[in-house]
Amino acid sequence: MSKIAKINRRDFVKLFGLASSGIMLGCNISSDKKDFIPQVDGTFTPNLFVQIKKDGNIIIIASRSEMGQGIRTSLASAIADELEADWQYITVKQAIGHEKYGNQNTDGSRSVRTRLEPMRKMGAIAKMMLITAAAKKWNIKEIDCKAENHFIINKNTKEKIFFGDLVESAALLKIPSDENINLKKVEDFKFIGKTLKSVDLHDFTHGKAIYGIDVKIPNMKYAAIARCPVAFGSVKKYTKNKAEKVADVTDIFDLERLKPPTGKFFGMFGGVAVIANNTWAAFQGKLALNIEWNNGENESFNTEEFKKILEERVHKKGKLVPGSRGNVNAAFKNAEKIVEATYHVPFLVHAPMEVPNATAYYQKNNIEVWAPVQDPQTARAELAHFFEIPIENITVNVTFLGGGFGRKSKSDFVVEAVAISKKINAPVQVVWTREDDIQHSFYHATSAQYLKGGIDKNGQVTSWLQRVGFPSIVSSFKPISDYASGFELGQGFTSNPYQFHNFRLENVKAEANLRIGWLRSVVHIHSAFGNNCFIDELAFAAKKDPIQFHLELLGKDRIVTGKSKFPYNSARMKKVLKNTATNANWGKKLPENHGLGVAIHYSFYSYVATIVEVSVLHKKVKVENIWTTIDCGLALNKDNIKNQLEGAAIFGMSIALYGKISTKEGAVEQHNFFDYQMTRMKNAPKIHIDILDKMHEPPTGVGEPGVPVIAPAICNAIFNATSTRARSLPLVGFGLV
Amino acid sequence: MLPVNINLSINGKLHQIEAQENMPLLWVIRDIIGLTGTKFGCGVSQCGACSVLIDGQLTKSCSYLVSSAIGKEIFTIEGTSKNLEFLRKAWNDGNVPQCGYCQSGQLIAATSLLNSIENPTDKDIDDAMSNNICRCGTYTRIKKAIHKAVALKNETL
Ligand code: FES
Ligand code: FES
Repeated sequence: MSKIAKINRRDFVKLFGLASSGIMLGCNISSDKKDFIPQVDGTFTPNLFVQIKKDGNIIIIASRSEMGQGIRTSLASAIADELEADWQYITVKQAIGHEKYGNQNTDGSRSVRTRLEPMRKMGAIAKMMLITAAAKKWNIKEIDCKAENHFIINKNTKEKIFFGDLVESAALLKIPSDENINLKKVEDFKFIGKTLKSVDLHDFTHGKAIYGIDVKIPNMKYAAIARCPVAFGSVKKYTKNKAEKVADVTDIFDLERLKPPTGKFFGMFGGVAVIANNTWAAFQGKLALNIEWNNGENESFNTEEFKKILEERVHKKGKLVPGSRGNVNAAFKNAEKIVEATYHVPFLVHAPMEVPNATAYYQKNNIEVWAPVQDPQTARAELAHFFEIPIENITVNVTFLGGGFGRKSKSDFVVEAVAISKKINAPVQVVWTREDDIQHSFYHATSAQYLKGGIDKNGQVTSWLQRVGFPSIVSSFKPISDYASGFELGQGFTSNPYQFHNFRLENVKAEANLRIGWLRSVVHIHSAFGNNCFIDELAFAAKKDPIQFHLELLGKDRIVTGKSKFPYNSARMKKVLKNTATNANWGKKLPENHGLGVAIHYSFYSYVATIVEVSVLHKKVKVENIWTTIDCGLALNKDNIKNQLEGAAIFGMSIALYGKISTKEGAVEQHNFFDYQMTRMKNAPKIHIDILDKMHEPPTGVGEPGVPVIAPAICNAIFNATSTRARSLPLVGFGLV
Repeated sequence: MLPVNINLSINGKLHQIEAQENMPLLWVIRDIIGLTGTKFGCGVSQCGACSVLIDGQLTKSCSYLVSSAIGKEIFTIEGTSKNLEFLRKAWNDGNVPQCGYCQSGQLIAATSLLNSIENPTDKDIDDAMSNNICRCGTYTRIKKAIHKAVALKNETL
């Protein structure tokens, strides 16, 4: 705040865009002045996110990356709603990576959760100033004016002035201070809580949206990189004569690994770079290389063996995790029945439709980048670190992302592009092949879990022991991190919604021999799988209906307030479960060979329940129907949320049925979509999404919470249909696909 | 190998370019001609992101040599046709895309479907569209939109 005081009042007014949004967004106020928004003559730019032109057109800045979650539309609609704008006048522009926009890290299902209110304020500020400008013109009080559909209206005379006609006078006004900003009542929302179609539909359906891979810079080269098949290995020697002969290949050189400093950034693998006049030639040149690798210490890593090792470890005592309670062993002794099971999830990869890629131009003391990044500020900071260039001289332009799912949170591909541009002194686009994407990613970790539950003679769960092991994401930031971290266990393990009196969670060792990253819904994939499959097993042992059993375990209505401003409310969890049961007509008579399975999960502060109907014919599973209910608090853009949950069902199905990354001698065995399969239309079920109306609750996560429930619900449905338990994913390995 | 002069007709427009004969059409369209609506997803005929029509035939341009396209008419997402416009309208009404990346290929595949079957059943759609992957999982909407496009078309008849 200190810098503000030093700016004189006039500057402050002129620059209020930054100053005001800075206050409200918690951005760094002390940013360099030249980063303040330019006041373009003839426009009204009340803050960093809104610009109104004389013709009434409004440009809204999207600060979060668009990767299919609809954020450009959602946050723009919040601004437009408070501003009382006519939606037809809105154009959305993507922000560059810069801390003046506040946190831009697009992951963790938090863009709406953390940005809805600040964005509403941006709209409200603009509206208030337009009202003031109109009131002055009419020489009446502001209270006698109101904004409506792109006009300010004189409440007494019903005269009205078009937004565009107030631009010049509004631009001269002071911004209202934070405490004077009034936000609309829920009842008055025009866009929030309704359905708005994506602002990018036209571009999407005409091939006009520019993704990273579509960027073309004059005189740009294309590059492909051969990376060591084993994580962190390096080039021993290579011959390039064959590759050099590939037409349009212009240069070949080795690229050194850039190791990230402990605790932050991602660095890049290094390898051999092939530069060419087009992408195809770069790919061909890469294939023609003859490289001998130093595989390094991960060359003995074999996922089949690692699975066995992890399973052995979870069958022995592990480290006690805080949050455990009661005395499980005593309770086991008194139990009527003991149930035990071991579950396994393999390594997974994101495989967004658009492969990792980036375009960069390194010029003396200056870097410009165009890339599909989820976290442009980290990319920028990382470039400043590795290339030792002042951060103000680095521009990160954010393109559309052809899917992200967590892969594009890691900007290794951006670092690669800059390293190559620096070396060849020209702009360059690095493009990963699909094989590169599948074989050199930051993988979703594999896991093993052992569960043991005790049931008394009334079928009540008296004790729950859960041992879990998975390589930690932290290993990508700190070299030796052999145990899952607290924040990871907090994703559904320590924070499961059940009220067990005796609950013990243990964590076992799990080394990382691949780069570990996060994938849509992260550790919740493991926790929801173990929890929901095992509860289904316990329900069966207790001879209870699974839904009744879940409801009993969720316990009485209670609200648990943790550190966050989103308390957990068991009544909401029960409500989504009951709602889903009704929608799926739970208990109905099913056709022969059909089964129903249920799963619930609380993640990213949202409540989700899913019921899956499968049929199993000749040992082949078909997912017939998926019913999902979400309570995500205020549902900002309903149809968009529905689309997200439909997509989550398909994504979750891909995990359950096909997803598996395996290694032999350290190298990933999968290559492309033929051996890393995806759900396709012919396997897609009917999907039925229900969104509970909670307009008075704050909005919570949407992009991820629909994923974790799918795999366990499918496995439970298979049991219901066949009396066979599938405890190890994917089902394709189980002979069921 | 020396590049050769090639004439390509794309969406009714003639392009004179120089390229290696064995270059896949996808990369000629994207990197040499600069039409980037046609996407790269896998490079091995697995995902359909690169779909185009060649003389009306649905083709994966990542696995089709540019030399084979000489003298033929290439249709990409930058083009327009009656069926494609009905599909676009239906895609719009159904708010189909998420990230949008696969949608060029989906729309071209759907255009090809409607060009050959006037009123496809669910099964026809499954068969025709299962070569196109959507990692975002918009299948439900795509299927609905194809039916909708047929309905829109019938309304105008
Ligand atoms: S890029 Fe051609 S089918 Fe995938
Ligand atoms: S919309 Fe993203 S891959 Fe289909």
